[in-house]
Parts: sequence; C-alpha cells; structure tokens
Amino acid sequence: MNVWIEKQRYLIDFTISSLLRRKVKNIGLLCLYTLIVFILASTMFFTYSIKKEAAFILQGSPEIVVQKIIAGRHDLFPVDYLQEIKAIRGVANVESRLWGYYYDSLVGANYTLLVPPNQTEAQQTGRTTSVEIDSSDPHALEATKPLFEYDGTPLEAGTLIIGNGVARMRNIGKGDFMPFMAFDGQIMNLKIVNTLSSSSELVSSDLMLMHADDFRKLFGIDNKFVTDAIVTVKNPSEVVMVATKIKKRLHTARPIIRDEILRTYESIFNWRGGMMIVIFSAAVLAFVIFAWDKASGLSADERQEIGILKAVGWETSDVIQMKFWEGAIVSLSAFFNGVILAYIHVFFTGSAVFEPALKGWSALYPNFKLTPFVNAEQLTTLFFLTVVPYTVATIVPIWRAATIDPDSAMRHTGG
Amino acid sequence: MRNSSLFFLWLTLDVMILSVLLLHAVLTTHAQQTDLADKASLVKRLQLTDLCLFTEARYTRHLSQADLNTAFQDHPLSLEHFPSGSFTQPTLHSDSP
Repeated sequence: MNVWIEKQRYLIDFTISSLLRRKVKNIGLLCLYTLIVFILASTMFFTYSIKKEAAFILQGSPEIVVQKIIAGRHDLFPVDYLQEIKAIRGVANVESRLWGYYYDSLVGANYTLLVPPNQTEAQQTGRTTSVEIDSSDPHALEATKPLFEYDGTPLEAGTLIIGNGVARMRNIGKGDFMPFMAFDGQIMNLKIVNTLSSSSELVSSDLMLMHADDFRKLFGIDNKFVTDAIVTVKNPSEVVMVATKIKKRLHTARPIIRDEILRTYESIFNWRGGMMIVIFSAAVLAFVIFAWDKASGLSADERQEIGILKAVGWETSDVIQMKFWEGAIVSLSAFFNGVILAYIHVFFTGSAVFEPALKGWSALYPNFKLTPFVNAEQLTTLFFLTVVPYTVATIVPIWRAATIDPDSAMRHTGG
Repeated sequence: MRNSSLFFLWLTLDVMILSVLLLHAVLTTHAQQTDLADKASLVKRLQLTDLCLFTEARYTRHLSQADLNTAFQDHPLSLEHFPSGSFTQPTLHSDSP
C-alpha cells in the first residue's frame, strides 16, 4: 500500500511540475474553470435558498384569494360577494382586502399600499365572521396580537407605516410626512408612525400600511367595493372543492389557492427561464469547449512528452494515471475555489454579481440576506456536473496517445 | 516541500474552509429560524401573497396574483420587464377551477 501511495505522490510531483512548465495556459484554464463553477454554484445556492425561504414564509399566505375578473383584467370586488361566498358550505371565514399600487413619480418607484386586515370596513361592519384559531397552527397565536403598536394605540386615519425599502430610498422615517396625490388631484399628507423591520424586507420592502379611510380617499374607491377577498376553509383538504364552488357561484371570480402561490415560487428561477437558460447554456458551452479542446487532440508538446516518457520506460497505465492526476488537480482546485467563492458571494455579499439582473428596472429593491440553505445533494450534483466530465475528457485522448509507439509519437511532432 | 505535499495541503485547506462554511450554513439557518418565523408571521398577519423581489410592475411584484394575460402591457418593447419577467413562468398545472 505504501509503495502505491508513494508512486502516486511521485506522479503528482511530476504532474504539477509539468503543469507549471505551461504556467500561463494552465493558470488561465484554472481561472476560467473556477469562474464556471462559481457561476453555476452561485446560481444553485441562490435559487435553492430563495425557493426554500419562499416555501417557508408563504406557508402563512391566504388559503384562497378570490379576485373578480372582467374582460380578462382584475377588477374591484363587490362587498356583496362576501356574503355569497360565506354561504358556501365548508367556508370558515371570509375577509376582504384593500390593497393597490401607488407610483411615486419623484423617485420612479412603485409602492404596494395595503390596509392591515383588522382595519378593513367589511370587518368593522360585521360582514366577516371571526377567525377560528387552529390550536395546531404555530402562527395562530401571533395573529391575535395587535399588528403594530406605537404609543400604545393602533394605526389610525392620517397615519402610515412604511417598509424599510421605502424609508431607505426616500430617506424618511418615523415622524415625517409622506405626500400622496389622490385620484381627484388633492394632496394627502400622511404621518409616518413606524417602519417595518429591515429583516422583513424580502416581503415588506415596498409596503405602506394605511387606514382604510385614507386608502379609499386616495383612490376614490366606494365603500361597496374592496380589492379582493380571502377565504379560510374549515377542512384544508376541501380547499380545491371550495374554490370550485366559488367559481360556480360567482362566474366572474378567479380563486387563487395557496398551492398555486407556493408553486409560483417553486418555479421561479427555473432553468427554463430566459436569464437562467443564458447562464446555464454559457456554462455548458464553456464546458463543451474545454472538452473539445482536450478530446480533439494533444498539443505537439504533450505528444512529445508522452513519447519521451514511454521511451524512458513509463507504462501506458502510468501515463494515464499521470493525466488523471492532471485532470483531478485542475478540476478539484477549480471546484473548491468556485464553491467557496460562490458561497461567499451569495451569503456574505448579498449576490452582488446577480444584483443588477435581479434589480431589473426596479427603482426600489429589497436588501435581504438569504438564509443559507445548502445541502450535500447540491454539492454532489455540482461535483458530478463539473469535476467528473473534465477528468474524463482529459483521460480519453491520453489513452489514445499513450497506446501508440513512443518512436512515432516523437516523430509526428518533429521530436 | 514536495509538490504533492503542497497540493494535499492546499486541498486540505480548501476542504477545511468549505467545512467551516457548511458549518456556518447550519448554524445560521438554525439562528435565523426566529427571523423566518417572524417573516412568516408578518405574511400571515398582513395576508400577503408574494415576495417583494421585482417591484417595477404589478405583474412582477405580485407574481401569483397577476393577470393570466400580461404580455407587453406597458409598451411593446417592455418585453415583460426583462430580465425580471424571464426569471419566472406561469403556474402550468392549476388545481383551482
């Protein structure tokens, strides 16, 4: 065993010396290879973490959201519909939501304006039933706590709670006033009484929470309408059934179930997406070029080297082992460097390289730190996608060259 | 020092750094459970449906709530707000009616 280990060490010594003789070419190769692993690993870490985080966070999203669709577009939801939905067997609770978008021309950003659930008039007027707290639900108790507190009183008309992204971009905070232009051209100044925490930016960066009266005044929405409705179902296994019943009873309704919301985020950053396919096809193309370069033949120097090695007594198996180590040294170094750099990039620098693409056209982009969900499966997949193909592509042409006569190997290269 | 020794030293260092990072991943994930629970709680209490990833248009801000026919809404060259629009795809197999 010791003899075998010592032999391999000598082979590695020789291989590294051989690689260092063509220093510029091999360092360039290592850098490019590391870059490919870095891009693939960064993409893998980022997409897996964001999907996992979305799946965890959005578990608390509404069971069924019911929109009204007219001529293929989302329309305001009549409050009368709430009673009709409530009458459906299996429905535990129906709540209305008031939310919308506001374009701030000063900074060119879109905000999401939302009336916190306990502030909608539908609830105040007794149009909704009380929420049945499920004792097995870990979030149920938290949902009964007051949403936000400031000076001991809840959100009232004329006040506003803003997301941290809005506060950062507009450089405003608690105590400042935020001007809005209402639907009739009037200016509404709302006082900021609180800011949502920076740790929740992934879901709340562009949010603005306001009172229902302010919301209606701002957009000119009549009391008979809300934006959409939230339906809670008594038995979770009947969600699809209830959604079907809603659709049958209200033909203009579009029910969106929680599974669809979760599936939307499962498919986000899917490899079939436009940008993702560009990243992956670039990486695959680079690998094909590597493999082609290796498989299409050896350089004159390499053939001469093999000829000389065989002439001085190296066996074919020795040459193949040496080349195996060459492939392994380059690919293992690239793999580890690429993965380490990718981890630092995604989880310490907030995916700085991807940021311009992720920001897109947004003026307002959340600053969020992803939870590092990394598992052995990801690393294994990456290993088999990168190290194995390169090592194999290195050995195959060498096997061809190593089996020919040393004399002809040297003659063909003019050696 | 022999080249092979240097190589194995380098490899060991890489493995150690990667192990430390994986340990960091495990510890951070564990430590951030409270943060994640807070975010999940916020989603539940505010009845939110989407992540705030792309805020440039309503159909990229609320991906799950978007109309089913949103192509080129803003102008013909908006290309669904590339690249944001290209990171996602419609939910193909819907269970809801």
